[in-house]
Order: sequence, then C-alpha cells, then structure tokens
Amino acid sequence: MAEVLVLIDHVAGQVKKPTYELLTLAAKLGEPSAVFIGGADGAAGAAEAVKGYGAEKVYVIDDAQIKGYLVAPKAEALAQLAASASPAAILLPSSAENKEVAARLAIKLDSGLITDAVDLDESGVATQSVFAGNYTVKGKVTKGTPIITVKPNSAAPVEKAGAAAVTPFEVTISDAAKTAQIVASQPRKASGRPELTEAAIVVSGGRGTGGDFSAVEGLADALGAAVGASRAAVDSGWMPHTFQVGQTGKTVSPQLYVANGISGAIQHRAGMQTSKTIVAVNKDEEAPIFELVDFGVVGDLHTVLPAVTEAVKAAKG
Amino acid sequence: MNIVVLVKYVPDATADRQFEDDFTVDRVNVDGLLSELDEYAVEQSLQIKEKREGEEITVTALTVGPEAAEAAVRKALQMGADKGVHVVDDAIAGSDAIATSLVLAKAIEKLGPVDLVVGGLASTDAGMSVVPAMLAERLGLPQVTLASVVETQGDQVRIKRDGDVATEVIGGTLPLVLSVTDQSGEARYPSFKGIMAAKKKPLETWSLADLGVDASQVGLGAAYTAVEETAARPPRTAGEIVTDEDGSGAKALADFLASKKFI
Repeated sequence: MAEVLVLIDHVAGQVKKPTYELLTLAAKLGEPSAVFIGGADGAAGAAEAVKGYGAEKVYVIDDAQIKGYLVAPKAEALAQLAASASPAAILLPSSAENKEVAARLAIKLDSGLITDAVDLDESGVATQSVFAGNYTVKGKVTKGTPIITVKPNSAAPVEKAGAAAVTPFEVTISDAAKTAQIVASQPRKASGRPELTEAAIVVSGGRGTGGDFSAVEGLADALGAAVGASRAAVDSGWMPHTFQVGQTGKTVSPQLYVANGISGAIQHRAGMQTSKTIVAVNKDEEAPIFELVDFGVVGDLHTVLPAVTEAVKAAKG
Repeated sequence: MNIVVLVKYVPDATADRQFEDDFTVDRVNVDGLLSELDEYAVEQSLQIKEKREGEEITVTALTVGPEAAEAAVRKALQMGADKGVHVVDDAIAGSDAIATSLVLAKAIEKLGPVDLVVGGLASTDAGMSVVPAMLAERLGLPQVTLASVVETQGDQVRIKRDGDVATEVIGGTLPLVLSVTDQSGEARYPSFKGIMAAKKKPLETWSLADLGVDASQVGLGAAYTAVEETAARPPRTAGEIVTDEDGSGAKALADFLASKKFI
C-alpha cells in the first residue's frame, strides 16, 4: 500500500490534535507516514505520540537549515521527501503557513492542491465549505500527487497502534530558499484555554461587550471553551487578531458556538456558521445572528453570561 | 522602482454567490467588484510609494479575469495606482490557482524588471491564500507574506507576521513577493480627484498570446483538481429566541445547554 505523508503539527515536539485527525484520514487513502520537521530533541517524543494513531513510519527532518526562514525551506524539504517516498498523497494541517508550504509544493511537484478540506473519503474526494459556509463542494486532485490541507476538527482521531519506525531523512536546502529570514520571533502567550480552531466549544464576544471580555472569558472557562472575538472587537483593539473568528480570521466549526454581543455580519458568519449548535446573546432583537441560532437570548450579556456561568459551575459541582 | 499589485475581481460576498453548471464560480450573473482584501494590498503599495518620496516609483495594478474584471483595475487606479494591466482571454475561464499563478508570473515577467509584487491575504471567493506563495516559487523571489505591518528602507523589507504560535519579524531584500493582511491599515476611498484622474491613466489589455502562454496550460481543462459536486448548504432555521427578564434568559439558556448535554 502506498504511503500517505502527514506533516506533524507540533510546537517544540509537542504534537497537536489535528495531526491525529490527519493520520486517521490518511489511513483511508493508504499507509500513514508522519513527517516530523523540527529539532532532533523533539523527534522521539513526537514519534511516540503518533505511534498511537497508526503512523507506520515517522520521517524525521532536522530543521536546523529550515527554522530560520519563512515557508520556502519547508516546501523544499517536503518536495525532496516526496521525490524519495513517492507518496499517494500529502496531507498538511490547514494553517496560514502550511497553506503557503502546500502552494509551493504544488508548483514544485507539478501537482494539484486542495486547501481547507473538512473531510476526505477513500477515493481521495475532499469536501470543502465555501462562500462563507453557504456551499459545500466536493472535489479531487486529478494531476500529480494530491496535496491536501485539512482543517482542524475534520475527523475524530481513531487510536490505532502503528510501527512508527523512525526514519531520519536528510534534506539539502538551497540558498534560494533562505531569502526570507525570520529576524525575530515572539511566541504567543499560552492562555491555558483550548486552541480556537480545535476547541469543541467556542465562546465569542463582539462590539456588545463594550471592550469588557470578563463575562465572555468567565463562561468560556466554566465550559472549558476557547475564546473568540468578532472583527469589531479586534479592530477596537480589545482582543488580538489571533482571536478573530470570521472571513479574515479563523474559521471554526465547534460542537457549540456562543456568540455574545455579535451582530452576525456576513464576515463573521463565514467563520462560524458551520458550527453544530449556535447560541447567541444580544441586546438587539433585530441582530442578524438570531437568524442562525438554535437558541437565542435577547438581553444584556453582562448580566446573562455571569448567571449562566454560575449555573454551569453549579451543574459541574 | 516598479511595484505590481495583484487585484482580483470577485463576486460580491454580500450577494447570493453561486456556481455555473460546470461548477466554476458564476462571475457573470452576480455583481462583481475588487476583492475587499486586495484593497489592503493597493493601500500598502501606495503607502510605500508615498513614504519613499523623491524616488521614481510606478504602481501597476494587475488582474487576470473576464471582461468585467477591468472594474477591479479601475478601482485600483482610482485609489491611486499609476497604470493597469488586464489579462483577459476566453481560454482562461475556469483556471485554478496553479494556472492563475502561471499567467500572473508571465505578466509580471513581461512588466519587468519588477521590484515588488504585492498581494492581499486571500481572495474573497476561492479564499485559498496561495497565489503569492506560488508566485514566489515561480519567479524565484523571496516570499515575505501575510504582513500586518510593512516597512521598507532602501532594498530591505521588514514585516510583522502574526502566526498561530508566534509573532515574527520577517526580513527580505528586493525584489520580492509581499502579501498583506487586513490588519495592515485601512484602505483609502478613491477621492473625486482620484476618480477623475483614473480615467486618463493607461490600462493595457493583454491576451495569452501576448504572454507566450499556450491556451492548453490554462482554463478548466488544465485544472489540477476537478469539482464533482456543489451543494447549497441548507439554511439554518432560527431556533427559540427568548427575551431576558430578571434572569429568565440565563436560566433558559442554561436549561438549553443542559438539554444538549453541554453542561
């Protein structure tokens, strides 16, 4: 059975959940091989982690020549691995950076590319959600080695023992790929909350918070949820852009989305309307967000949310 | 200094966007306009020109698209770009990002030598966010992309890039490919003067033959992916809406969450 390469999503060797989702999807297409690009010290831990999700091989690519530069060296490394392994497909977790890596890889390998898949079947047909979530599109790569970026939460990870045979892979990075230098890097502060795109529950705030996110954060923490924000809240400087849900921010598809003080403009809907269950709290009963919700409360989020938070805490004991 | 800014004509996101029978995006029956996210690319191109006072700088707005796509170039000219190029050819219809990036690369080579290629975060229709990276790959230029802040000095470009795990400062040397996000700064509205001046600005129309691109390399037939099915998502139906009175809203919401097993 042909190999399917899965790029491991990790921070300093700490493997993130979308990797397991991709390994699960990869098993539909062939034999999953995980690809670790990182520091040598993180490889063993990462290999151990992916072993539990069916990875038969773990290619380890040392990132000494890669980590100081933007995108291009990673694409070069994956192209060299693809030339050697002749995989049936290459799957990458959908992130801004990985989509750019996939873009360059597609040109290098003269292969088709599908971005932001939300599902993948045995025949390689990928499902995408397009036009602000108003349409579902199914399609497949018809030329070269399919390169597919897959969004978080697209599959339930299935635990399955794999051999996870560690296979070091040497790459040669050209000088041409080292022309966009990472001059400085400031790691994002850990919030202690789940990642926005990976969370099962997202609690968001918008203009209606008036800049005070304490009620939103309080409910999020009681529910074990991630915190999101509308563009209005981000543009007002209340929350960093990394929290933005919408067309120009993150697209989320959690089990539960709670929109607070968010009117529900198309740009916001584009980022959340495929959520399973949607709840909104808004003072304005005319707010378009109420057209989408499974349950809505017309009221002041600053009084409603703390009371709900108390009820959640009480229920959880 | 030559700056080329990439502008895409897209169906209006606030209209009812739809697909043609061959699953390509309907670009005729839905009102189109310059992709909102490309306005930020035009803005940053103009700001670079304005900040580098005293230098000879030309900002060229480049689009690939059907007849109507000229409107995207026009808007860029109204905002302040100096000239426009519209690549239009029947054979291009249905092109994927791979073919589009090929046509753009050939057009940029024809415009050359180009110092800076500037794109937006993503188109508001396909939204793949891959064309700047593909162009950097094709043109063999440094890729300095997804900037929330852009600074240039001499032949050096520095950007701030807000990644998922870190905020980075990326540096590169001209010529290079730059892309900017909607965080890079509000795009200007065309002034009345700008709108009048745009009418006299040069706007060239190029065909595939002008670029030396064979029709077999582009269009739906040359696409590296095939859509098998499109389906409108069933509209969400509004559920129960209650009005909060003295805490009744919170109780009802908590009950709903409990009924759905979230608490």
